[in-house]
Amino acid sequence: MTGDLTVDAEMPLRSFRLQAGLTARPGEPLALAGPSGAGKTTLLRVAAGLLRPERGRVALGEEVWLDTSAGIEVAAERRRCGFVFQDYALFPRLSAWRNVAYGMPGPRRARRAAALALLERFGVADVAGVRPGAISGGQRQRVALARALAAQPRALLLDEPLTALDPSTRRHARAELRALLVELELPAIVVTHSFDEAALLAARLAIVDCGKVVQAGAPAEVSARPASAFVAGFAGAAVLRGMAARAADGLTLVRLEGGGEVRSVDAARGAVAVSVFPWEVSLEAPGSGGGDSVLNRAAGEVSTVTTIGNRARVGIALPQQLVAEVTAASAMRLGLRPGTAVVAAWKASATRLIPLSAREPASPKSP
Amino acid sequence: MRRSPFSALSTLALLAALAFLLFPVVAVFTYVGPARLLEALGEQSAREALWLSLRTTLLALAVVVLVGTPAAYLLARRQRLPGRAAILTAIELPLVMPPAVAGIALLAAFGPHGILGPLLDSAGVELVFETAGVVVALVFVAAPFYLRQAITAFAALDATQLEAARTLGAGPFRAFATVALPGARDGLASGLALAWGRALGEFGATLLFAGSLQGVTQTAPLAIFAEFGRPGGFTAALALSAVLILVAAALLLGLKLLGIDRAMAPRGPS
Repeated sequence: MTGDLTVDAEMPLRSFRLQAGLTARPGEPLALAGPSGAGKTTLLRVAAGLLRPERGRVALGEEVWLDTSAGIEVAAERRRCGFVFQDYALFPRLSAWRNVAYGMPGPRRARRAAALALLERFGVADVAGVRPGAISGGQRQRVALARALAAQPRALLLDEPLTALDPSTRRHARAELRALLVELELPAIVVTHSFDEAALLAARLAIVDCGKVVQAGAPAEVSARPASAFVAGFAGAAVLRGMAARAADGLTLVRLEGGGEVRSVDAARGAVAVSVFPWEVSLEAPGSGGGDSVLNRAAGEVSTVTTIGNRARVGIALPQQLVAEVTAASAMRLGLRPGTAVVAAWKASATRLIPLSAREPASPKSP
Repeated sequence: MRRSPFSALSTLALLAALAFLLFPVVAVFTYVGPARLLEALGEQSAREALWLSLRTTLLALAVVVLVGTPAAYLLARRQRLPGRAAILTAIELPLVMPPAVAGIALLAAFGPHGILGPLLDSAGVELVFETAGVVVALVFVAAPFYLRQAITAFAALDATQLEAARTLGAGPFRAFATVALPGARDGLASGLALAWGRALGEFGATLLFAGSLQGVTQTAPLAIFAEFGRPGGFTAALALSAVLILVAAALLLGLKLLGIDRAMAPRGPS
């Protein structure tokens, strides 16, 4: 059992100063989200020991890996910090199993058996003898994950692990990665430049912009209560979770965790994430509307109201957090404040479903 | 099909270049015929010269590789090493230095009357008129060829692969041996071939620094010159030349077969 991974770093980056602190708890993956060049990868590299900040401290539980003020620095190779690089950085001259066995201790035969077992677990045992250049992007990603885990890491760092994949592979890989991160019980940090991906992969997220952590918290909380216009824009859609099933009308019906249901034109079955953009959601006073083409209509309670210029971002507890963006004038007219009862309405065609289960039937070919 | 006058001229130029470059090579093998070439190779001085060339060049290459590889790795990986640009220029200096100048410079440094002469003498090390001196001269002229290729090859490595090795528990030496060396293999091999070619052909520096003592410092190129100066020695000079041409061709062919001449191309498509 490992402790929390804490990273504090301060150093100049291109046009700004990186000055950020993070904590990742075992079994509670932390997503580091933000625009490209914000300093996310730099923080990961500091955590792994690949980069020494001007000032900083990195620790896993009680064990200090870096403390610039105390002159402590543990070399990267002694931290046992698993790292999945954005382009995977597999060794091109080694076959998949040799890549995986690279970080394993023990005699060659035992390492080979253990590497094959790991590849089997990730569903890529059939390419064990093939070099990385000759396998698909999805397979490379699994080999990279297997390689990082083979070295029995005490923390796991993933730098945009899904970016190099094509969209259809990414959906599968995302669901698998999510399950894996929860199962591992290691402190894990996932860097992503997409809010949706962060919300899907991690229990908590930290949004980084220009070298600073501008907001941290649970994804639903961040999208419902953005600390700034930047975060509001970045957070984009609200993400709800539920179980999908085919409805009689040909649409998909999703029963949300914690109550409520939602219809979508997307086909899906099993565990899904429901994503709705705040500007697709309109708000009405209870008992006032109905009867039009809007299929999703859910009563809830306003949890937050954040005014950003002439817009208001309204968090609604369904009880899961939905986010609506309305004009500041409408918010005034409806008298929205925390505790107000409202009805949120949005179209089934504006409701995206993202499968969370690796074994979704929607995708015909298995990787 | 009608051809433009320019394309006809270009074809002619190519044929002229090929003829001019290849005719002397062909002449070496045909001037006296294969039988007399083989006969001349049977002479003791010729065999000694070839054997000496083989030993000294291999020894020099071993020194160049053992010292040059880690040095090139350091220069390639540490882009912010103080004085890096000056070091790179210094390494390339022997490349453009005339061989006779290299010989004089070696004498001034390590010769009996050179700066380190007394020190070497008291340590019992003799270089002039000794085989060791040949190796010193060969290392001096051939090392830059290997270093340049090795630096380029190591600099072209994907740095994240080295970092990946470290996050997997590999220390700097293991990362070097298991990731950097295999990754730079092609460039290192081509540097090695170039350095070997240069060492085999070395003449001026060796002559000035180590002399031309049969069986001790008289390598194949020096033996060619010695035979050439001896009345009736032209056939022996031809025979040794033929062997050197074959070795050089074998080196070139080896590079092509390994497909590693790409590493020498200035800017080819990858």
